[in-house]
Amino acid sequence: MRRYFGRKLLTYTLTFFIAATIDWMIPRFMPGDPVAGLMAKQGGLSPEGAAALAQYYNNLFGLNHSLPEQFVAFWTSLAQGDLGRSIYVHGRPVTEAIMGAVPYTLALLVPAILLSWWAGNSFGALAARRKWLDNTVLPVGYILTATPYMWLGLMLAFILGFSLRIFPLSGGYGFDLEPALTWRFFTDLVAHWMMPFLSLFMVMFGGWAIGMRNMIIYELESDYSRYLEALGAPQGLIRKYAFRNAMLPQITGLALQLGVIVAGSLVTEIVFSYPGIGSLLFNAIKSEDYFLLQGIFLFIIVGTLLANFIVDLVYIVVDPRTRVGMRGGTA
Amino acid sequence: MEMGKSRVIALLAVASIVASACSTSSGSASPAASTGTAPSVAPVTVSAAPSTAPVVEVYPRAETLYTTGKQWGAPSTWNPLDAGNMAMGVFGLQYEPLYMYDPLKDVYTPWLATGDIAAGWDTAKTTYTIHVRTGVKWSDGSDFTSADVAFTLLAAKNPALGSNLWTTGGVTAADATDASTVVVKFTKPAYQEWAQWLYNSAIVPKATFESKNNADILKFTNANGVGTGPYMYKTAAADRMVWVKNPNWWATAALKLEVKPKYIVDIVNSSNNVALGQLLQGGVDLSNNYFPGVKSIVDGGYGVTTYFAGVPYMLGGNTATLIPNTAKKPLDDPAFRKALATAIDTNDIVTKVYGSIVTVADPSGLLPNFSKYIDAAQVKSLGFTFDTAKAKSMLAAAGYKTVGGFVTNKDGSPIKLTLEVPDGWSDWMQAENSIAASAAKAGIKIDPQHPDYNTVVAHRNRADAKTPATFDLQINNDVQIGNTPWTWYDYVFRQPLPFGTSENRNYEGYSNATAWALVQKLDSTPVEDVAGMKTITSALQKIQLTDTPVIPLWYNGIWAQMNNTIWTGWPSDKGNQILPATWNGYWNMGAVLLLTQITAVPPAK
Repeated sequence: MRRYFGRKLLTYTLTFFIAATIDWMIPRFMPGDPVAGLMAKQGGLSPEGAAALAQYYNNLFGLNHSLPEQFVAFWTSLAQGDLGRSIYVHGRPVTEAIMGAVPYTLALLVPAILLSWWAGNSFGALAARRKWLDNTVLPVGYILTATPYMWLGLMLAFILGFSLRIFPLSGGYGFDLEPALTWRFFTDLVAHWMMPFLSLFMVMFGGWAIGMRNMIIYELESDYSRYLEALGAPQGLIRKYAFRNAMLPQITGLALQLGVIVAGSLVTEIVFSYPGIGSLLFNAIKSEDYFLLQGIFLFIIVGTLLANFIVDLVYIVVDPRTRVGMRGGTA
Repeated sequence: MEMGKSRVIALLAVASIVASACSTSSGSASPAASTGTAPSVAPVTVSAAPSTAPVVEVYPRAETLYTTGKQWGAPSTWNPLDAGNMAMGVFGLQYEPLYMYDPLKDVYTPWLATGDIAAGWDTAKTTYTIHVRTGVKWSDGSDFTSADVAFTLLAAKNPALGSNLWTTGGVTAADATDASTVVVKFTKPAYQEWAQWLYNSAIVPKATFESKNNADILKFTNANGVGTGPYMYKTAAADRMVWVKNPNWWATAALKLEVKPKYIVDIVNSSNNVALGQLLQGGVDLSNNYFPGVKSIVDGGYGVTTYFAGVPYMLGGNTATLIPNTAKKPLDDPAFRKALATAIDTNDIVTKVYGSIVTVADPSGLLPNFSKYIDAAQVKSLGFTFDTAKAKSMLAAAGYKTVGGFVTNKDGSPIKLTLEVPDGWSDWMQAENSIAASAAKAGIKIDPQHPDYNTVVAHRNRADAKTPATFDLQINNDVQIGNTPWTWYDYVFRQPLPFGTSENRNYEGYSNATAWALVQKLDSTPVEDVAGMKTITSALQKIQLTDTPVIPLWYNGIWAQMNNTIWTGWPSDKGNQILPATWNGYWNMGAVLLLTQITAVPPAK
C-alpha cells in the first residue's frame, strides 16, 4: 500500500512540478511586455510620470529581476500561497481574484459532475435492458454528448432565458440584490445557477449514459455472463456482475474526462457571464493578464490532479485487482 | 480481513477529501456567509460604513440607474489618485474636482472652488489663489477645507502618482493660508495643464490619505472611502459597482442640484451580446458600449435613444489616427505620407464599418469641440481629402515609380507596409482592411495585421532614445476629449522622443524643434487668451498639414445608448447638452449633471 501511494505521490508531484513550470514559462515567453501593455491603457499621464508608474508596476509584478530569480521567487511565494499580482484587477493579489470565483465554479462543477455521472450510469444501465428506453435514450444521449457546451448553453439561454423568461440570462445573482442570508437571495442564486448547471449536466449525462449502455451490453455478451446464464443463474445476478465490471471503465473515464469537463465549464460560464473561474479566465485572456492566467491554470492543474487522486482512491475501493496489485500480488 | 481494512481506509480518505471539497463549495457559494456586504474581490480593508448609508438588500428598480460600458474588469480600487484603474464613478460621483469643465460649451464651472477660473491668477500670472467652497462636508460629516486641497496638491509630488505638476507644471508652493484659501505659486506656469488639473483632479481627504502618501500609495484601495460627491460607496463585487446617494451632498443646497437615482449599479462589461440583451430588455439604462448597427437599435422600438436622433448618433470623443513610423522609408518622406493620407477613403470606413455613427476627422486632427481653433482656410488650402487619382499623381511627382500596379521605393525596392491594430478590436480590424483596399487603388501596398494588444505596443514603443520603433503603420486614439488642444499637440510633437515601457507620446517619431517650441508656448498661454491660442494652433496646424506627421482618420464616438423605459430626459443635442458617458474623466466634464436632469418614468397604470 505504501509503495502504491509512494509511486502515485511521486507521479503527481512530478506532474505538478512540470505543469507549474510550463505554466510559469508561458507568460514570460509570450511576445510583448505586460507592463508596457498596462501603461498603454493609462491615458493622460505626463511622460515623466509614466516612467515612474512603469517602474512601480515592474516592482509590483516582480519583473525587475532576472528570469532565474523570478523562477525561484515564483516557487518561494507559491509555497506561501502567493500567486503574485493581477493586471485585470489592477495590482490586487491573484489569489484574491481566484478565491472570489472558486465558489461559483465548484458549486457548478461538483454537482454537475457527480449528478450527471450517477444519472448517466443509472440510465445507461436501464437502457441496456429495456428496448423502448434504449430506443429513446440512445439517440438523445448521442445528440447530447455531441453537443458543444457553448451551443447548448446558448440554446438554453434563448429558450429558457430569453423566450420563456424562466431563468435569468446572466450573472451570479441579480444586479438589484446584495448578498444576504435571506430566502430571496438564496432563490435568486439558485435561479442564476440553474441554466449553467443544466447545460453542463445534460452534455455530460449523454456521454455517461451511452458509455454505460454499451458497456453493459458488452459485459452481458461476454463469456462469464454466458457461463452464468448456462449455469442457470438468475438474470438479476448476471446483471449485477455485468454492472460492476462495466463500472470500472466509467470511473477511468471520469478521471480522463475531468480536464475536458473543466474546459466545458469555462465555456459555459462565459455564455452565462457566470462569475466563476471560466469567466475570470476569459477576462484574464482579454486583458492579457499573464499573472492571473498563470494562477488560474495552476488552480486547474491542482484541481485536476486532486480529482485524479480521488479517482485513484475510489479505484482501490471498487476494483479488488488494485488492492491485490498493491500488495504485490498478480490479479 | 486485511482487504477489508484497506478498503475502509481508502473509503475514509475519499470521504474526507470529498467532504472538504464540499465544505469549500457550500460554505462560500453564498458569499454573504463569509464576507458580509463585500463579496468576491472586495478587499477586507473596508472601513466602518458611514451611519448614513441605508442597509438594504434589494434596490427598487424605479430608484436605480443601471449603467455599463466603463468597467472592463472587477472593480478593484476606489483610490481616486489611481486615475487609470479606479472603479467607475470614484472620481465624479464620490470625489470631485475644484471646477467642472464642459467641452461642449467650453465653460469652467466652479465646483469645490468658487469664483471664475481666470480670476484666480494675480496680475503677474504667477500666483493662483483657490477659493475653497465653504459649507462642503465629507460624507463622514467632517468639514472639507483648504487643508484637503493643499494636501491633494502636495500629494502630486509623490512620484508613484505620475504627475508633472511640480516639475514641468511649474508649481513651486501650495499653502493653505486660511480655512478657505489655498495659494499656489508657480515659476513658468503651464497654464493649459493647470486648467486641466483644476477640473481633472479629485480632491482627497487629508485625514485619510496623509498616512498613505508614500511609495505604496497606489496599493491603498480606499474601499468605502469618504468623499464629497453626490454618491457614496455601497458595495462592489466581481461583476458590479454599486453607489448610493449621499443625502447630504453640498450642491443640493449650494447649486440647487439634486441627483435623481438613489442607487447606481454599474455592471462590469461582459460579452457584447449580453450587454446588448440587457440594454434592449431594459435591464440597463445607460450603455457606453460600442454596438454595431446602432440605427437598428434606435429604430427597433426598444425605447433606446442616442445623443443625436439621426446620423451621426454619437458625439466625437477622440481622434482615431493613422500613425506612420517616420523613421522608416518611405514613411520618412512627407510627400509620401501626404499621398497616403490622400489615398485613404475615410468615408468608406465611416459608412461601411461604422454605419455612420462616427464622422470623418478634420485633417488637423482637432476634435469638433475645438473647431474654433481650426484654421479652416488653411485646412482648405493645405489639407488632404480622399482622391485616388490625386494620390497617384502626388506619388509620381515625388519620384515614386509604379511597378506592377504598386509604387516602389526610390531605389527600386518594393514597398509593403504593415498596418497593425490590436486583435479583437473588430471595428478597427474592419477599418484597416478598408484602408488597405483604398491605398492599394493608389498603388500603395498595405498588409493589414492584428496581433495581440501587447505585441502592438511592443512594436510601437522605442526601446531607447536611439533605436526607432519597428512598426510601419498603426491606428491609435490615445488623446481623449478635454479642455485644451495642447494635449493633442503634445501627443503629436513631443520632444525629446519618449521611449521604453512608459512611452505615451509621439509614436510616429517625428522631430520638429519649431513645432515643439510652439507646443510649449501653447502650454504657457492662459486658457482665457483664446486669440493667443488660435495664433499658435494655426501655426501648428500648418506643420501638421504640410508635413503630415500623423494622419487623422475619423472621430471615434462617445458611445452612448440610453433606454427611456425607466429613466428619461437623457442628454441630446436638442435637450440637455451633456456628455452622456460614465467613463473616467467624463463625470467631471459635466456628465454628473445628467444625473440631476433625468427623471423617473411614472409606472404605467
